[in-house]
Amino acid sequence: MKTTYREAMRAALRDAMQRDDRVFLMGEDVGRYGGSFAVSLGLLEEFGPDRIRDTPLSESGFVGAGIGAALGGMRPVVEIMTVNFSLLALDQIINNAATLLHMSGGQFNVPIVIRMTTGAGRQLGAQHSHSLEGWYAHIPGLRILAPATLRDARGMLWTALQDPDPVLIFEHGSLYNVAGELDDGAGAVDIDKAALLRQGDGDGDRLTLITYGGTLPMVLDAADQLAGEGIGADVIDLRTLRPLDSHTIVDSVARTHRAVVVDEGWRSGSISAEIAARICEQAFFDLDAPVERVCSLEVPVPYAKHLEEAALPSVERVMAAARRAVGAGG
Amino acid sequence: MTTLKNHGVPDAEHAVHLLRQMLRVRRLEEKCIELYSEAKIRGFLHVYIGEEAVAAGVMEALAPEDAVVATYREHGHALLRGVSAGAILAEMYGRAEGCCRGRGGSMHLFDAETRFYGGNAIVAGGLPLAVGLALADRMAGRQQVTACFFGEGAVAEGEFHESMNLAALWQLPVLFCCENNLYAMGTALGRSESQTDIALKAAGYEISAWAVDGMDVLAVEEAARRAVDAVRSGSGPHFLELRTYRFRAHSMFDPELYREKSEVVQWMERDPISLLQGAMQAAGKLPEEQWAALQADVDAEISTAVGFAENGTPEPVSELSRFVYSDRPDDGSAGGGGTAEWDTTAGKGGAAG
Ligand SMILES: Cc1ncc(C[n+]2csc(CCOP(=O)(O)OP(=O)(O)O)c2C)c(N)n1
Ligand SMILES: [Mg+2]
Repeated sequence: MKTTYREAMRAALRDAMQRDDRVFLMGEDVGRYGGSFAVSLGLLEEFGPDRIRDTPLSESGFVGAGIGAALGGMRPVVEIMTVNFSLLALDQIINNAATLLHMSGGQFNVPIVIRMTTGAGRQLGAQHSHSLEGWYAHIPGLRILAPATLRDARGMLWTALQDPDPVLIFEHGSLYNVAGELDDGAGAVDIDKAALLRQGDGDGDRLTLITYGGTLPMVLDAADQLAGEGIGADVIDLRTLRPLDSHTIVDSVARTHRAVVVDEGWRSGSISAEIAARICEQAFFDLDAPVERVCSLEVPVPYAKHLEEAALPSVERVMAAARRAVGAGG
Repeated sequence: MTTLKNHGVPDAEHAVHLLRQMLRVRRLEEKCIELYSEAKIRGFLHVYIGEEAVAAGVMEALAPEDAVVATYREHGHALLRGVSAGAILAEMYGRAEGCCRGRGGSMHLFDAETRFYGGNAIVAGGLPLAVGLALADRMAGRQQVTACFFGEGAVAEGEFHESMNLAALWQLPVLFCCENNLYAMGTALGRSESQTDIALKAAGYEISAWAVDGMDVLAVEEAARRAVDAVRSGSGPHFLELRTYRFRAHSMFDPELYREKSEVVQWMERDPISLLQGAMQAAGKLPEEQWAALQADVDAEISTAVGFAENGTPEPVSELSRFVYSDRPDDGSAGGGGTAEWDTTAGKGGAAG
């Protein structure tokens, strides 16, 4: 079936609402407006205003209310328009959702799913463009998902809703219009493992490209071009940023001996730093070259197109890092 | 057409000035929409068309030393505060000549010279800033006012309530200007507030508050003058709920599924520009030639501004890492970046003028 990332997300929401009447969607403009990124378009007409619940501009309030509803036995899916606005709800997410189970000695779990858009690339300036999912991945008690493929856009939500604990889903804004083929029977997928999407072949140089979310299409593109240069690249889509599946990463690096991490977040204190550290801890003696990282420049994302492009990872920067990694081992 | 509260149009010269101010905003933004469809401007673009009387009326009441804080729908506020149309358009073109050197864009216009503290794309994000600016004025003993503009959607945020309380508790010189255009994106006021009388909410914090017809620029100006005088003379924060309407979509991406076309048409009957223009013409105080000349003037200003933006230069990429931290007097380099591979500024040099 031909579909888009947006439609796959919508199908996942519809499916969850049909299967479990404890599930409801709540957030700003999810109903009448049709969703700020049109993910929930049409769902109000289908499920009514009780279950497709428009909220006032009150991120801390409605995220907190979602946490409360989860405590009360519901299965809320809370949509925050973008990760930038989730900062207004940070207290609820980190001080309540992530800690209640532990603080209560295991008595109160919080089965909430919080979805939000993330990322740059549309000239929206610093207050609408940041990638803070790696920051959330720092927090014990949260599970952090970053669907990058149609299959995951369709399949991660249901599995997340079965999780007894809070799950945050980050949808990169550049992915919504991505179109492609999806199995008619596509459904729930695991939310534990990274995916080896492509295995580099040939007798030439090898390396592992590790990424997630919005930069996956760029990395796959780079892998194609590298193949043309005789460099065989494994491509790992992390899918879940917390807990991180080190296994899949280390397995690949053990074969390729080189790694490039691509992350739209900033470099310092980031998920890319965590991945590099794990490779050093768990695969140090397999490495033939230092781990390379391609991240966003450490500036608030600027508006002007040429400045924004210069600030973000690009195919060229991924290729350059890959060539450096390969050259370093030569 | 519904009439203005002040039928008389007391001072023709001043009324023409107000008409011009509103028209400048209108024409600037009509041009923005055109440029957006030509892809000269990108990102999000939120226009103020229909709401011009609010900024035009309030700005009249402010002094040059006062401060202004606004939202992402702030082209008009910036222009009427004194930022040139050229600097605004150049910013939206992402040019070095823009008021923020291309880093801010439409939603983030700033200008130190006119004490215009933004442009803020986080709903309600500007309110605490305004409280703090006023706190600084109070602590430094300056008789200045901070005017803070925000939409009625912001009223649902905690930051609104925290700011109301702080300003009232500390009796700070803030003029809160709530631009109640009845919608926050697709959410109608009645669907988002249990109490839709916004002035009443401010009153709940012991802040003097009035609701004003935001389509009547004379009424807005009169209310703003009264409020600003009171704030400046030390009687604490004041609050205006300016009842207005946005004629266009929320942004360039909004399919407007949430309101009837007929409602928009009805509000357009009270277009603030036509209202004043009509009242003046009816009173015989706006001869046809004067109205034509005024329009020609404004058109000329906007086309000069477009030319300025068109001829602007891109901010050099070598400057990208600048302004993450303040330039230090002794480091000499404008780039301020490191030399590692990820820093594209490394080795490129070349500071902007
Ligand atoms: C904290 C936050 N939440 C959500 C948004 C997305 N958003 C941008 S404008 C807007 C509507 C705001 O409405 P209102 O305050 O009434 O101002 P208006 O657009 O009507 O001028 C929303 C929801 C945002 N920018 N910031
Ligand atoms: Mg509004």
